[in-house]
Amino acid sequence: MQGGAAGSAYRGRTASIGFAHGPLVRVDAGAGGERVAGTLVEEALALRKAIDLASGQIADLAASAGGEAAQILEFQVALLEDEDLIEQIFASIGEGRPADVAWRSTLDEQIAEYNAAADEYLQARSSDLADLRDRVVHILRGDAGEPLKIPSGGVVCADDLPPSRFLEIDWSGGGGLALLHGSPTSHVAMLARARGIPMVVQLGAIPDAGATALLDGEGATLELDPSAEQVRVFEKRRESHRKSRASARAILRRPTASWRGEHIKLLINIQRVDDLEHADAQYADGIGLMRTEFLLAGHSELPDEETQFQAYDAVLRWAGQRPVTIRTFDAGGDKPVPGFTFDGEANPFLGVRGLRLCLARPEIFAVQLRALARAAVRGNLKVMFPMVTQADELEAGRKLFADVVQRLQADGIAAMLPELGIMVEVPAAALAVSSFRAAFFSIGSNDLAQYVLACDRSNGALAPLMDPLHPAVLELISRTAEHGRRTGVSVSLCGDMAGDPRCLPALLNCGLRELSVNASALAQIKQTIDRLSSGGGVG
Amino acid sequence: MLDRADGQIFTGNVRLVHAVGMHARPAVKLTKLAKKFQAQISVRVAGAPEWINAKSVAKIMAMRAAHGSTIEIKASGSDAEAAVAALVDLIASDFPDGAG
Repeated sequence: MQGGAAGSAYRGRTASIGFAHGPLVRVDAGAGGERVAGTLVEEALALRKAIDLASGQIADLAASAGGEAAQILEFQVALLEDEDLIEQIFASIGEGRPADVAWRSTLDEQIAEYNAAADEYLQARSSDLADLRDRVVHILRGDAGEPLKIPSGGVVCADDLPPSRFLEIDWSGGGGLALLHGSPTSHVAMLARARGIPMVVQLGAIPDAGATALLDGEGATLELDPSAEQVRVFEKRRESHRKSRASARAILRRPTASWRGEHIKLLINIQRVDDLEHADAQYADGIGLMRTEFLLAGHSELPDEETQFQAYDAVLRWAGQRPVTIRTFDAGGDKPVPGFTFDGEANPFLGVRGLRLCLARPEIFAVQLRALARAAVRGNLKVMFPMVTQADELEAGRKLFADVVQRLQADGIAAMLPELGIMVEVPAAALAVSSFRAAFFSIGSNDLAQYVLACDRSNGALAPLMDPLHPAVLELISRTAEHGRRTGVSVSLCGDMAGDPRCLPALLNCGLRELSVNASALAQIKQTIDRLSSGGGVG
Repeated sequence: MLDRADGQIFTGNVRLVHAVGMHARPAVKLTKLAKKFQAQISVRVAGAPEWINAKSVAKIMAMRAAHGSTIEIKASGSDAEAAVAALVDLIASDFPDGAG
């Protein structure tokens, strides 16, 4: 990316994938004109009318948009029908405030509360409130205005864009959305993804100049006044994206991926329960890796058994008959947790982390094992231990787990010992894989590559050396897969390699038939397997 | 699930099974359903100091009930018993589409 005479480029975060090439259209929040306040009665009446009008407008938008958009707008309608909220505003008018000021200050209070929430979901909802706030303020100021007209294929650039304004724009001719702020989890981002409108957020400051824009939702870039060469490269990327996208959606809905006549199981990795809300998650053959570290984050205390059980149970219920592999706490390394991990290790990646840490803190580990043992009776649960070096460690974990199950059962609580497997990420475990009495193996290619290549994966200076396709890494993957094939034990891979189409041919050739990827990568990976199966390249 | 506290007030407890807790869509469904009843209905996360009007979506959202928390419901008025039963059912059945 470079600025200068040839056209300037800006990088943000992807909110919706896709490409747009067209005129840049700037949208201001619209300060609007000043309003002359009337008497108390007039002000109360003005607000009542504005609320009714806004309610009607939103209902119309919802009716024409339908589906997910309608559900999103329903929240705004519910707020307008919230008597507690509205009464508070009328009370404020009664104290002498003009209608727009009373409305705005009450909504601003709510927005500030949402923004202060630790939860990213609640924070994102604040833009729905801002949307509603601005709509009613515009009506009160008499500048409700015409729906925004954008030229066909235009790239709309705004600070942030509320969901209702998004829906007022006619996107039938394409176009894209470039936001200086905004969030990938906002409602407008959900709408953009549902409509297939490319969207990049958090672009930061952009100069006021610029007539033509190239928006790349995949690379998360915005290029202004591009050179002919920039346009040519962009159009090429857009064309290949268009081709692959169309077939990926169709392929995703097919039952099972296969390669050379063998089924390839495609599972998903989840970081937290909410990840199951991804639209593509339903097409997965199961959950190949549920990380549990989210339970340790953002709380002053470690999570209790019930909290953990509820999280595991929610995922098992979602999965139904499909397998769910939950990984026990993988703290330590680059993931320190106060009150759990050890401080002051000179080399935490080679320190007390993963299962090593859990075995060193049996009182904390036992709480997780209890929750897992109870969850095991609720679905198709498998449990795996991270960062295992020796067979003894697996057996020590199994012993603790079995004791926990026995105690639960003695107390009359439904519990069972689930299938136990290990992550293969320490080179020693990969080399001595046959020494482990594991029900399954899951290759953690990120750590495996970092340990085999002796490269800290967070150190950018080593990027050229940090090649997961290095023959040494592939050799260990092959050995593990071969061991699984010989002994009838399933072997999957859940690292970043599985979600990288360029790595797929090598992984399949290593003998892997089970891969676990983020839900967002599922369509592309399924499509790539399909293409490789029919003799094509990675694309 | 339901117990009759006295002649007027009906109460219920139910675990919030929704995967992401009491967020926008569940909150909208809950308040919509609550508004179908004449009864005064209050809810709170078990043990919270304040009861919240079940018909106010802003307050239900602000309650920030997390996945797995227990929601307490109480209602008084002519159709209070039915209101508590309906809300318990809505939450226990994980806010099915078409409900509320």
